[in-house]
Amino acid sequence: MDNFSILIAGKAGDGIDKSSLIIGHIFNQVGYRIYIYRDYPSVIRGGHTFSIIRCSQYKITTHLDTVDVLLALNQDSIDFHKSRLGDKALIIYDSTSVKSDEGLGIPIGIIIKEAKALELMRNSCIIGAMCKALGIGMDVLEKVFRKNISREIDLNLDVAFRGFSQAKEFAKVEKLKQKPLPLITGNEAIGLGLIKGGLKTYISYPMTPSSGVLHFLAEVAIDFSLKVIHPENEIAVMLMAAGFSYTGDRVAVGTSGGGFCLMTEGLSLSGMAELPIVVVLGQRPGPSTGLPTYTGQTELNFALSAGQGEFTRFLVAPGDAEEAYYWSTISMNLAWKYQVPAIILCDKTLNEGTYSFDAESIGKIKGIEPLLWNKEGEYKRYQNTENGISSLAFPSDKDAIIKVNSYEHNEAGITIEDKDLTVIMQDKRFRKERYLLEELEQYEVVKVYGKKDASIALLFWGSNKGPCVEIGLKLGLKVVQPVVLSPFPLKQFKEALKGVKKIICVENNSTGQLVNFLKFYNVHIDHKILKYDGRPFTPEELEQNCANILTKVTL
Amino acid sequence: MMGMGNVNLATNAKNTWCPGCGNFAILNSIKAVLGALIDEGFQREKIVIVSGIGCHAKIADYLNVNSFYSLHGRVVPVCEAIKLANPELKVIGFAGDGDTYGEGLEHLIFAAKRNIDINIIIHNNRVYGLTTGQYTPTSPLGFKGRSTPGGTKEQPLNPLELMMASHASFVARGYSHGIELLKKILKEALLHKGFSLVDVLQVCVTFFNMYDYYNSRVYELKDYDTGNYDKALKKIKEWDYDSDSRIPLGVFYKKEKPVFEYALSNKNINIDAKIKELLNDYT
Repeated sequence: MDNFSILIAGKAGDGIDKSSLIIGHIFNQVGYRIYIYRDYPSVIRGGHTFSIIRCSQYKITTHLDTVDVLLALNQDSIDFHKSRLGDKALIIYDSTSVKSDEGLGIPIGIIIKEAKALELMRNSCIIGAMCKALGIGMDVLEKVFRKNISREIDLNLDVAFRGFSQAKEFAKVEKLKQKPLPLITGNEAIGLGLIKGGLKTYISYPMTPSSGVLHFLAEVAIDFSLKVIHPENEIAVMLMAAGFSYTGDRVAVGTSGGGFCLMTEGLSLSGMAELPIVVVLGQRPGPSTGLPTYTGQTELNFALSAGQGEFTRFLVAPGDAEEAYYWSTISMNLAWKYQVPAIILCDKTLNEGTYSFDAESIGKIKGIEPLLWNKEGEYKRYQNTENGISSLAFPSDKDAIIKVNSYEHNEAGITIEDKDLTVIMQDKRFRKERYLLEELEQYEVVKVYGKKDASIALLFWGSNKGPCVEIGLKLGLKVVQPVVLSPFPLKQFKEALKGVKKIICVENNSTGQLVNFLKFYNVHIDHKILKYDGRPFTPEELEQNCANILTKVTL
Repeated sequence: MMGMGNVNLATNAKNTWCPGCGNFAILNSIKAVLGALIDEGFQREKIVIVSGIGCHAKIADYLNVNSFYSLHGRVVPVCEAIKLANPELKVIGFAGDGDTYGEGLEHLIFAAKRNIDINIIIHNNRVYGLTTGQYTPTSPLGFKGRSTPGGTKEQPLNPLELMMASHASFVARGYSHGIELLKKILKEALLHKGFSLVDVLQVCVTFFNMYDYYNSRVYELKDYDTGNYDKALKKIKEWDYDSDSRIPLGVFYKKEKPVFEYALSNKNINIDAKIKELLNDYT
């Protein structure tokens, strides 16, 4: 057994989320690469919630439909997920509350009573039984428990040991000679990437799926000397960000589509007043409230055009935790160099998925210093320069009067309505885009995977990286990922598609937003694979979809 | 008496307010107050003004200090951020009544509740000027504006009463006629540590000329204890922005209390080492 998946399910409030992370850490300790998918309803107590912990010898960034071990703490867990079970799958269940005609029944309810433990510790008990069933020693379990459980550790270990003792070994999970890696969520990767990019202030109004960034940064605020602020609404979030940016604080905000709607006037202000702000935009299915705790890629069009007027924005859609970290840092750096808003477009799958995080694979990220005022002559906040970038000074800098303005303005930041000057200033701001596009040539803004000389390409953006790369490799397809979407790196994109005759585009929306966006650049997409039920693609599902298309494709 | 100070705080921008506009009184008062502060040694580069959108907001173009010409209704969050980012700055927000009592009211309530050390000055002309004459949150009942030709059917808000309910630590009312009193109130507001709101009855001569009305009703608060919440509230309720009662001017309430702020950040953090340490914890 060196590539397997474990599903743990129960009611919301049963501790499924925490348990899935502990299970992930157990297999991390024995050398596996982990990906955890979380599926939960928008309720605090009750409803059905489950996590799939996928473990593999190789780095993975998606979960499978098929599971090998099902940990059932209630009857629904078996009834809802039986169809996912593979041929040799094992069900481990609480025999005091769940009926099953197969698998390993552990009287968890009785054990909890005997040990005078809490209901919540049924999780610990079933994890103990799982370890025994898969040939993992109590030593590994104890190490992970001690690191991840802060309350009642002895009692938790006691019930885990009782579960372990009453189970028997079904399969032996091979220990791999790989070092454990940190397990972090996409949200945590974004938070760390922003910190690496010099983040000083993070402002956010809670909204799934990006609240994890707010919670994480609030937790580490003291360690990294951050100001983390939760104001009255997203309008205040964005305007506060503009204020922090004006004073020279590197600032980011986080939200989802609904909150981003409220931020758009501030986004446009960021464009006009040239105030760098990084926006973490975690997508979920809309329109409106939609499916708050599920996933989707419905905000590409919105992110590309949000805000009144025309202004340059940097838009990037990372595909996994390492890309999320890397591009969060780069977004901060480029936002400050070019004094533009930057949007990190992610989704629930990436935001809340847990990944084995390989920091070494990212390599060194070079810091970029913004252009600061050289203190010569009269300071002009919007000095018209060759590349459109004006030098920055901040309030309390001596001899500089720093005037920023939401109105069209002259170089000094004073309101103007003159027709010629209007054109000059709009052109100044847009010149930055040309230089930004040039700078992007230094970065891997379009990534290629799979069979590089294949004539059929699978095209995707964002979190579909996991299933697309896996299936592309399996089916011998070229796989292309535009990571930066604005300003669009057309040159690199066309380069990536060299030799490709047919393109299949994979998106989590109902209209094919990338497909439609590419029409503007005369890139024709032959086939679309769209999914918009709030759930991410799995490799199995995507393979089936691709197979259906490939039988019809004539080159 | 406060002079205009020795520093020139004027810009080259052409002033486009109507002749007789109450905004001139606010501009001249704040110039005098800031000039005096600078003369007394406060560094000019540590002054930041923020304005919204509306006639009042042009003050950002007319005052030669650091400025952030913000959006309609969005003076307050920008002020809060600038102060939180750099506690050494003196942050003064100029906003309109439609601007901050209407479009951006929630920000005002929260800034007061947080007691962030910023100064908000409302140019309360009780009419939308720049959009040519519609009612605002403080227009009297029955106000006939271009969007309410038959007269409004809603009571005006008493913004000072609302500020008291929101735990504002400095609440005052000024008037654009009688500049010495206005200067005195603004200076006291600027020296207050904590959130301050000064509602200035600023007359719009074009769309809602209230000079005669105000002149016959205003009086200055004298021999008055600014530290008593209940008395302040009672005084604030003397005029509800609708009735024909007398209109008190001056500082109604002032209280020292903890301000919302962040400790100055520690600049000596080895980010890379700390990230590595944190990742180890996640392994």
